[in-house]
Amino acid sequence: MKKYLERLYNGLVKENPTLILMLGMCPTLAVSTRAMNGIGMGLSTTAVLILSNVVISLLRKVIPDEVRLPAYIVIVASLVTVTELLIEAYLPSLYSALGIYIPLIVVNCIILGRAEAYANKHDPVLSLFDGLGMGLGFTVALTLAGMIREFLGNGTFFGMQALPAGIEPIGIFVQPPGAFLVIALIIAIQNAIGIRTRQRDLVEKGCDGVCANCAARCAAAEEVSGK
Amino acid sequence: MSNLILIIVTAALINNVVLSQFLGICSFLGVSKQMKASASLGLAVIFVITIASAVASLLYDFVLKPLGLDFMKTIVFILVIAALVQIVEMFLKKTSPAIYKALGIYLPLITTNCAVLGVALTNVQDGYNFIESVLSGFGTAVGYTVAIVLLASIRTRIREEDIPAPLRGAPIVLISAALMSIAFMGFSGLSF
Repeated sequence: MKKYLERLYNGLVKENPTLILMLGMCPTLAVSTRAMNGIGMGLSTTAVLILSNVVISLLRKVIPDEVRLPAYIVIVASLVTVTELLIEAYLPSLYSALGIYIPLIVVNCIILGRAEAYANKHDPVLSLFDGLGMGLGFTVALTLAGMIREFLGNGTFFGMQALPAGIEPIGIFVQPPGAFLVIALIIAIQNAIGIRTRQRDLVEKGCDGVCANCAARCAAAEEVSGK
Repeated sequence: MSNLILIIVTAALINNVVLSQFLGICSFLGVSKQMKASASLGLAVIFVITIASAVASLLYDFVLKPLGLDFMKTIVFILVIAALVQIVEMFLKKTSPAIYKALGIYLPLITTNCAVLGVALTNVQDGYNFIESVLSGFGTAVGYTVAIVLLASIRTRIREEDIPAPLRGAPIVLISAALMSIAFMGFSGLSF
Protein backbone atom coordinates (compact mmCIF):
# COMPACT_ATOMS: atom_id res chain seq x y z
CA MET A 1 0.00 0.00 0.00
CA LYS A 2 2.82 2.32 0.96
CA LYS A 3 4.47 2.20 -2.47
CA TYR A 4 1.15 3.18 -4.09
CA LEU A 5 0.78 6.19 -1.81
CA GLU A 6 4.41 7.04 -2.54
CA ARG A 7 3.53 7.22 -6.28
CA LEU A 8 0.69 9.65 -5.52
CA TYR A 9 2.93 11.83 -3.34
CA ASN A 10 5.64 11.71 -6.02
CA GLY A 11 3.27 12.95 -8.73
CA LEU A 12 1.49 15.54 -6.64
CA VAL A 13 4.44 17.06 -4.79
CA LYS A 14 7.93 15.67 -5.20
CA GLU A 15 8.02 15.45 -9.00
CA ASN A 16 4.98 17.54 -9.84
CA PRO A 17 5.03 17.42 -13.66
CA THR A 18 4.23 21.09 -14.16
CA LEU A 19 5.61 22.89 -11.11
CA ILE A 20 8.80 20.86 -10.59
CA LEU A 21 9.57 19.05 -13.87
CA MET A 22 8.23 21.93 -16.03
CA LEU A 23 6.56 19.62 -18.55
CA GLY A 24 3.38 20.19 -20.52
CA MET A 25 3.74 23.96 -20.71
CA CYS A 26 1.51 24.42 -23.79
CA PRO A 27 -1.77 23.34 -22.11
CA THR A 28 -0.73 24.99 -18.84
CA LEU A 29 -0.41 28.37 -20.53
CA ALA A 30 -3.35 27.93 -22.86
CA VAL A 31 -6.25 26.69 -20.76
CA SER A 32 -5.53 28.36 -17.42
CA THR A 33 -7.84 31.31 -18.12
CA ARG A 34 -10.44 29.88 -15.72
CA ALA A 35 -10.00 27.60 -12.71
CA MET A 36 -12.77 25.32 -14.02
CA ASN A 37 -10.99 24.94 -17.38
CA GLY A 38 -7.86 23.94 -15.46
CA ILE A 39 -9.78 21.21 -13.63
CA GLY A 40 -11.42 20.02 -16.86
CA MET A 41 -8.19 19.87 -18.82
CA GLY A 42 -6.32 18.36 -15.87
CA LEU A 43 -8.85 15.57 -15.34
CA SER A 44 -9.09 14.81 -19.09
CA THR A 45 -5.31 14.48 -19.21
CA THR A 46 -5.37 12.39 -16.01
CA ALA A 47 -7.86 9.97 -17.58
CA VAL A 48 -5.68 9.57 -20.68
CA LEU A 49 -2.53 9.27 -18.58
CA ILE A 50 -3.92 6.54 -16.30
CA LEU A 51 -5.24 4.50 -19.24
CA SER A 52 -2.11 4.92 -21.34
CA ASN A 53 0.13 3.98 -18.41
CA VAL A 54 -1.91 0.83 -17.73
CA VAL A 55 -2.14 -0.21 -21.39
CA ILE A 56 1.54 0.44 -22.06
CA SER A 57 2.51 -1.37 -18.87
CA LEU A 58 0.38 -4.38 -19.88
CA LEU A 59 1.95 -4.41 -23.36
CA ARG A 60 5.49 -3.71 -22.21
CA LYS A 61 6.69 -7.24 -22.94
CA VAL A 62 4.86 -7.39 -26.29
CA ILE A 63 5.97 -4.13 -27.92
CA PRO A 64 9.40 -4.50 -29.57
CA ASP A 65 11.89 -1.98 -28.26
CA GLU A 66 12.74 -0.45 -31.65
CA VAL A 67 9.18 0.57 -32.49
CA ARG A 68 8.02 1.45 -29.00
CA LEU A 69 7.58 5.19 -29.61
CA PRO A 70 5.29 4.88 -32.66
CA ALA A 71 3.38 2.21 -30.73
CA TYR A 72 2.99 4.52 -27.71
CA ILE A 73 1.84 7.37 -29.95
CA VAL A 74 -0.85 5.18 -31.53
CA ILE A 75 -2.05 3.99 -28.10
CA VAL A 76 -2.14 7.52 -26.69
CA ALA A 77 -3.81 8.97 -29.81
CA SER A 78 -6.53 6.30 -29.66
CA LEU A 79 -7.20 7.01 -25.99
CA VAL A 80 -7.28 10.76 -26.66
CA THR A 81 -9.78 10.26 -29.48
CA VAL A 82 -12.04 8.23 -27.17
CA THR A 83 -11.75 10.89 -24.45
CA GLU A 84 -12.45 13.66 -26.95
CA LEU A 85 -15.63 11.95 -28.21
CA LEU A 86 -16.81 11.35 -24.62
CA ILE A 87 -16.24 15.01 -23.64
CA GLU A 88 -17.99 16.19 -26.82
CA ALA A 89 -20.98 14.00 -26.01
CA TYR A 90 -21.36 14.55 -22.27
CA LEU A 91 -19.61 17.86 -21.46
CA PRO A 92 -20.27 20.11 -24.49
CA SER A 93 -19.45 23.34 -22.61
CA LEU A 94 -16.03 22.00 -21.56
CA TYR A 95 -15.51 20.76 -25.12
CA SER A 96 -16.02 24.22 -26.57
CA ALA A 97 -13.91 25.88 -23.83
CA LEU A 98 -10.91 23.60 -24.39
CA GLY A 99 -11.31 23.24 -28.16
CA ILE A 100 -8.17 22.24 -30.01
CA TYR A 101 -6.28 21.53 -26.78
CA ILE A 102 -8.19 18.27 -26.20
CA PRO A 103 -6.78 16.46 -29.28
CA LEU A 104 -3.41 18.06 -28.50
CA ILE A 105 -3.24 15.96 -25.29
CA VAL A 106 -1.54 13.48 -27.67
CA VAL A 107 1.59 15.60 -27.84
CA ASN A 108 1.62 16.42 -24.13
CA CYS A 109 5.15 15.53 -23.02
CA ILE A 110 3.92 14.25 -19.64
CA ILE A 111 2.10 11.30 -21.22
CA LEU A 112 4.88 9.98 -23.47
CA GLY A 113 7.36 10.92 -20.76
CA ARG A 114 5.66 8.71 -18.16
CA ALA A 115 5.27 5.88 -20.68
CA GLU A 116 8.98 5.99 -21.40
CA ALA A 117 10.21 6.71 -17.89
CA TYR A 118 7.84 4.60 -15.81
CA ALA A 119 5.08 2.52 -17.41
CA ASN A 120 7.35 0.44 -19.64
CA LYS A 121 9.39 -0.67 -16.64
CA HIS A 122 6.73 -1.28 -13.96
CA ASP A 123 3.65 -3.40 -13.37
CA PRO A 124 0.16 -2.14 -14.33
CA VAL A 125 -1.06 -1.34 -10.81
CA LEU A 126 2.00 0.75 -9.95
CA SER A 127 1.74 2.43 -13.37
CA LEU A 128 -1.91 3.21 -12.68
CA PHE A 129 -1.00 4.98 -9.45
CA ASP A 130 1.88 6.76 -11.17
CA GLY A 131 -0.55 8.02 -13.84
CA LEU A 132 -3.05 9.06 -11.17
CA GLY A 133 -0.41 10.92 -9.16
CA MET A 134 1.11 12.68 -12.16
CA GLY A 135 -2.33 13.50 -13.56
CA LEU A 136 -3.52 14.95 -10.26
CA GLY A 137 -0.28 16.91 -9.94
CA PHE A 138 -0.89 18.39 -13.38
CA THR A 139 -4.52 19.13 -12.46
CA VAL A 140 -3.51 20.90 -9.23
CA ALA A 141 -0.95 23.05 -11.06
CA LEU A 142 -3.38 23.97 -13.87
CA THR A 143 -6.12 24.80 -11.38
CA LEU A 144 -3.75 26.92 -9.32
CA ALA A 145 -2.69 28.92 -12.39
CA GLY A 146 -6.34 29.14 -13.44
CA MET A 147 -7.42 30.44 -10.02
CA ILE A 148 -4.74 33.15 -10.02
CA ARG A 149 -5.53 34.27 -13.59
CA GLU A 150 -9.28 34.17 -13.09
CA PHE A 151 -9.09 36.12 -9.83
CA LEU A 152 -6.74 38.82 -11.12
CA GLY A 153 -8.15 39.06 -14.62
CA ASN A 154 -11.84 38.53 -14.08
CA GLY A 155 -12.36 39.16 -10.36
CA THR A 156 -14.02 35.78 -9.86
CA PHE A 157 -13.26 32.56 -7.95
CA PHE A 158 -14.55 29.43 -9.75
CA GLY A 159 -17.09 31.67 -11.46
CA MET A 160 -18.30 33.39 -8.26
CA GLN A 161 -17.75 37.11 -7.85
CA ALA A 162 -14.77 37.51 -5.50
CA LEU A 163 -13.64 41.11 -5.91
CA PRO A 164 -15.93 43.69 -4.28
CA ALA A 165 -17.85 45.87 -6.71
CA GLY A 166 -15.89 48.99 -7.66
CA ILE A 167 -12.52 47.27 -7.93
CA GLU A 168 -11.71 46.77 -11.58
CA PRO A 169 -9.99 43.42 -12.39
CA ILE A 170 -6.76 43.54 -14.45
CA GLY A 171 -8.01 42.21 -17.76
CA ILE A 172 -4.57 41.39 -19.17
CA PHE A 173 -4.35 38.35 -16.87
CA VAL A 174 -7.02 36.44 -18.76
CA GLN A 175 -5.42 37.48 -22.06
CA PRO A 176 -2.44 35.52 -23.51
CA PRO A 177 0.28 37.73 -21.87
CA GLY A 178 -1.19 36.96 -18.44
CA ALA A 179 -0.43 33.26 -18.93
CA PHE A 180 3.30 33.93 -19.35
CA LEU A 181 3.30 36.42 -16.45
CA VAL A 182 1.53 34.13 -13.97
CA ILE A 183 3.74 31.11 -14.77
CA ALA A 184 6.83 33.36 -14.51
CA LEU A 185 5.54 34.58 -11.13
CA ILE A 186 4.89 31.05 -9.83
CA ILE A 187 8.40 29.91 -10.83
CA ALA A 188 9.95 33.08 -9.34
CA ILE A 189 8.16 32.48 -6.02
CA GLN A 190 9.35 28.86 -5.99
CA ASN A 191 12.89 30.10 -6.66
CA ALA A 192 12.65 32.72 -3.92
CA ILE A 193 11.50 30.27 -1.23
CA GLY A 194 14.11 27.72 -2.32
CA ILE A 195 12.02 25.00 -3.98
CA ARG A 196 14.32 23.21 -6.41
CA THR A 197 12.71 22.92 -9.82
CA ARG A 198 13.97 22.14 -13.31
CA GLN A 199 13.10 25.64 -14.42
CA ARG A 200 16.48 26.18 -16.06
CA ASP A 201 15.99 23.13 -18.26
CA LEU A 202 12.81 24.73 -19.58
CA VAL A 203 14.69 27.63 -21.14
CA GLU A 204 18.02 25.90 -21.70
CA LYS A 205 16.83 22.60 -23.16
CA GLY A 206 13.06 22.94 -23.41
CA CYS A 207 12.55 19.64 -21.63
CA ASP A 208 13.60 17.49 -18.70
CA GLY A 209 15.45 14.79 -20.63
CA VAL A 210 13.12 12.01 -19.49
CA CYS A 211 10.58 12.10 -22.28
CA ALA A 212 12.06 10.39 -25.30
CA ASN A 213 10.87 13.01 -27.75
CA CYS A 214 12.07 15.83 -25.58
CA ALA A 215 15.33 13.94 -25.20
CA ALA A 216 15.83 14.15 -28.95
CA ARG A 217 15.06 17.85 -28.73
CA CYS A 218 17.62 18.24 -25.94
CA ALA A 219 20.33 16.40 -27.80
CA ALA A 220 19.87 18.55 -30.88
CA ALA A 221 19.75 21.77 -28.89
CA GLU A 222 22.96 20.81 -27.13
CA GLU A 223 24.61 19.85 -30.37
CA VAL A 224 23.86 23.28 -31.78
CA SER A 225 25.00 25.24 -28.75
CA GLY A 226 28.13 23.11 -28.58
CA LYS A 227 29.19 24.11 -32.09
CA MET B 1 -7.42 37.38 -52.97
CA SER B 2 -7.62 39.69 -49.96
CA ASN B 3 -9.22 36.76 -48.19
CA LEU B 4 -6.05 34.70 -48.75
CA ILE B 5 -3.78 37.53 -47.57
CA LEU B 6 -5.95 37.87 -44.49
CA ILE B 7 -5.46 34.16 -43.73
CA ILE B 8 -1.67 34.58 -43.79
CA VAL B 9 -1.65 37.78 -41.72
CA THR B 10 -4.09 36.32 -39.21
CA ALA B 11 -2.05 33.14 -38.82
CA ALA B 12 1.32 34.91 -38.63
CA LEU B 13 0.59 37.97 -36.53
CA ILE B 14 -2.93 38.29 -35.13
CA ASN B 15 -3.27 34.70 -33.85
CA ASN B 16 0.45 34.14 -33.42
CA VAL B 17 0.93 30.43 -32.84
CA VAL B 18 3.27 30.81 -29.85
CA LEU B 19 2.30 34.11 -28.30
CA SER B 20 -1.46 33.74 -28.42
CA GLN B 21 -2.16 30.05 -29.19
CA PHE B 22 0.61 28.65 -26.95
CA LEU B 23 1.65 25.91 -29.37
CA GLY B 24 5.29 24.89 -29.69
CA ILE B 25 6.21 26.47 -26.35
CA CYS B 26 8.84 23.82 -25.56
CA SER B 27 11.03 24.60 -28.56
CA PHE B 28 10.18 28.33 -28.36
CA LEU B 29 11.62 28.52 -24.85
CA GLY B 30 14.26 25.80 -25.22
CA VAL B 31 15.94 26.64 -28.51
CA SER B 32 15.76 30.46 -28.29
CA LYS B 33 19.10 30.73 -26.51
CA GLN B 34 21.02 31.40 -29.70
CA MET B 35 20.05 33.47 -32.68
CA LYS B 36 21.48 31.10 -35.30
CA ALA B 37 19.80 28.02 -33.87
CA SER B 38 16.46 29.87 -33.63
CA ALA B 39 16.60 31.02 -37.23
CA SER B 40 17.46 27.53 -38.51
CA LEU B 41 14.72 25.96 -36.42
CA GLY B 42 12.30 28.59 -37.75
CA LEU B 43 13.17 27.74 -41.35
CA ALA B 44 12.76 24.03 -40.68
CA VAL B 45 9.38 24.70 -39.05
CA ILE B 46 8.21 26.72 -42.08
CA PHE B 47 9.26 23.86 -44.32
CA VAL B 48 7.59 21.10 -42.32
CA ILE B 49 4.37 22.90 -41.33
CA THR B 50 3.66 24.03 -44.89
CA ILE B 51 4.11 20.52 -46.29
CA ALA B 52 2.27 18.92 -43.36
CA SER B 53 -0.73 21.26 -43.77
CA ALA B 54 -0.91 20.41 -47.47
CA VAL B 55 -0.75 16.65 -46.90
CA ALA B 56 -3.15 16.73 -43.94
CA SER B 57 -5.66 18.78 -45.93
CA LEU B 58 -5.55 16.39 -48.92
CA LEU B 59 -5.84 13.35 -46.65
CA TYR B 60 -8.79 14.80 -44.80
CA ASP B 61 -10.71 15.93 -47.90
CA PHE B 62 -10.08 12.90 -50.09
CA VAL B 63 -9.65 9.99 -47.69
CA LEU B 64 -11.00 10.56 -44.20
CA LYS B 65 -14.12 12.56 -45.03
CA PRO B 66 -15.43 10.41 -47.93
CA LEU B 67 -14.95 7.31 -45.78
CA GLY B 68 -16.67 8.90 -42.78
CA LEU B 69 -13.54 8.48 -40.67
CA ASP B 70 -13.05 12.11 -39.65
CA PHE B 71 -12.98 11.14 -35.96
CA MET B 72 -9.69 9.35 -36.75
CA LYS B 73 -8.02 12.61 -37.71
CA THR B 74 -5.83 12.97 -34.59
CA ILE B 75 -4.31 9.50 -34.98
CA VAL B 76 -3.92 9.78 -38.74
CA PHE B 77 -2.42 13.27 -38.64
CA ILE B 78 0.19 12.51 -36.02
CA LEU B 79 1.35 9.37 -37.80
CA VAL B 80 1.39 11.13 -41.16
CA ILE B 81 3.39 14.03 -39.72
CA ALA B 82 5.92 11.66 -38.15
CA ALA B 83 6.30 9.73 -41.41
CA LEU B 84 6.39 12.90 -43.47
CA VAL B 85 9.25 14.36 -41.48
CA GLN B 86 11.25 11.17 -42.05
CA ILE B 87 10.58 11.29 -45.79
CA VAL B 88 11.44 14.99 -46.04
CA GLU B 89 14.65 14.30 -44.16
CA MET B 90 15.66 11.44 -46.49
CA PHE B 91 14.65 13.42 -49.57
CA LEU B 92 16.71 16.45 -48.55
CA LYS B 93 19.69 14.28 -47.68
CA LYS B 94 19.68 12.83 -51.20
CA THR B 95 18.79 15.88 -53.26
CA SER B 96 20.14 18.98 -51.53
CA PRO B 97 22.86 18.30 -48.97
CA ALA B 98 23.29 22.05 -48.34
CA ILE B 99 19.72 22.50 -47.09
CA TYR B 100 19.97 19.22 -45.22
CA LYS B 101 23.07 20.40 -43.45
CA ALA B 102 21.33 23.59 -42.34
CA LEU B 103 18.01 22.05 -41.26
CA GLY B 104 18.84 18.38 -40.75
CA ILE B 105 19.09 18.14 -37.00
CA TYR B 106 15.93 20.17 -36.47
CA LEU B 107 13.68 18.05 -38.65
CA PRO B 108 13.21 15.12 -36.25
CA LEU B 109 12.42 17.40 -33.35
CA ILE B 110 9.61 19.03 -35.21
CA THR B 111 7.68 15.75 -35.33
CA THR B 112 6.43 16.25 -31.83
CA ASN B 113 6.21 20.02 -32.01
CA CYS B 114 2.55 20.47 -31.10
CA ALA B 115 2.29 23.40 -33.50
CA VAL B 116 2.39 21.03 -36.50
CA LEU B 117 -0.49 18.90 -35.27
CA GLY B 118 -2.26 22.02 -33.98
CA VAL B 119 -2.23 23.72 -37.39
CA ALA B 120 -3.45 20.59 -39.19
CA LEU B 121 -6.34 20.22 -36.74
CA THR B 122 -7.23 23.93 -36.77
CA ASN B 123 -7.35 23.96 -40.58
CA VAL B 124 -9.85 21.11 -40.53
CA GLN B 125 -11.85 22.75 -37.75
CA ASP B 126 -12.05 26.04 -39.69
CA GLY B 127 -13.13 24.19 -42.84
CA TYR B 128 -10.22 25.47 -44.92
CA ASN B 129 -9.78 24.12 -48.45
CA PHE B 130 -6.42 22.97 -49.80
CA ILE B 131 -5.02 26.40 -50.74
CA GLU B 132 -6.30 28.05 -47.57
CA SER B 133 -4.75 25.25 -45.47
CA VAL B 134 -1.35 25.62 -47.10
CA LEU B 135 -1.41 29.41 -46.67
CA SER B 136 -2.57 29.18 -43.07
CA GLY B 137 0.17 26.62 -42.37
CA PHE B 138 2.77 28.82 -44.01
CA GLY B 139 1.55 31.92 -42.13
CA THR B 140 1.53 30.09 -38.80
CA ALA B 141 5.10 28.90 -39.35
CA VAL B 142 6.25 32.38 -40.33
CA GLY B 143 4.65 33.65 -37.11
CA TYR B 144 6.55 31.00 -35.16
CA THR B 145 9.83 32.00 -36.80
CA VAL B 146 9.26 35.71 -36.15
CA ALA B 147 8.47 35.00 -32.49
CA ILE B 148 11.44 32.70 -31.82
CA VAL B 149 13.94 34.97 -33.60
CA LEU B 150 12.66 37.98 -31.65
CA LEU B 151 12.87 36.09 -28.36
CA ALA B 152 16.40 34.92 -29.20
CA SER B 153 17.54 38.49 -29.81
CA ILE B 154 15.94 39.62 -26.54
CA ARG B 155 17.66 36.79 -24.71
CA THR B 156 21.10 37.66 -26.06
CA ARG B 157 20.57 41.13 -24.56
CA ILE B 158 19.28 40.10 -21.14
CA ARG B 159 22.06 37.53 -20.69
CA GLU B 160 24.53 40.16 -19.47
CA GLU B 161 22.04 42.06 -17.32
CA ASP B 162 21.92 41.95 -13.53
CA ILE B 163 18.63 40.17 -12.98
CA PRO B 164 17.18 39.68 -9.45
CA ALA B 165 18.11 36.16 -8.31
CA PRO B 166 14.60 34.60 -8.16
CA LEU B 167 13.87 35.76 -11.71
CA ARG B 168 16.99 34.21 -13.24
CA GLY B 169 16.42 31.37 -15.66
CA ALA B 170 12.90 30.65 -16.78
CA PRO B 171 10.98 33.56 -15.16
CA ILE B 172 12.79 36.33 -17.01
CA VAL B 173 12.38 34.52 -20.34
CA LEU B 174 8.67 34.04 -19.66
CA ILE B 175 8.32 37.72 -18.72
CA SER B 176 10.04 38.67 -21.99
CA ALA B 177 7.58 36.42 -23.81
CA ALA B 178 4.71 38.12 -21.95
CA LEU B 179 5.89 41.56 -23.09
CA MET B 180 6.19 40.28 -26.67
CA SER B 181 2.70 38.86 -26.38
CA ILE B 182 1.38 42.26 -25.25
CA ALA B 183 3.03 43.85 -28.29
CA PHE B 184 1.51 41.23 -30.59
CA MET B 185 -1.95 41.96 -29.14
CA GLY B 186 -1.66 45.24 -31.00
CA PHE B 187 -1.94 43.33 -34.28
CA SER B 188 -5.51 42.38 -33.44
CA GLY B 189 -6.38 45.89 -34.58
CA LEU B 190 -5.32 44.95 -38.12
CA SER B 191 -8.28 44.47 -40.41
CA PHE B 192 -8.78 44.27 -44.13
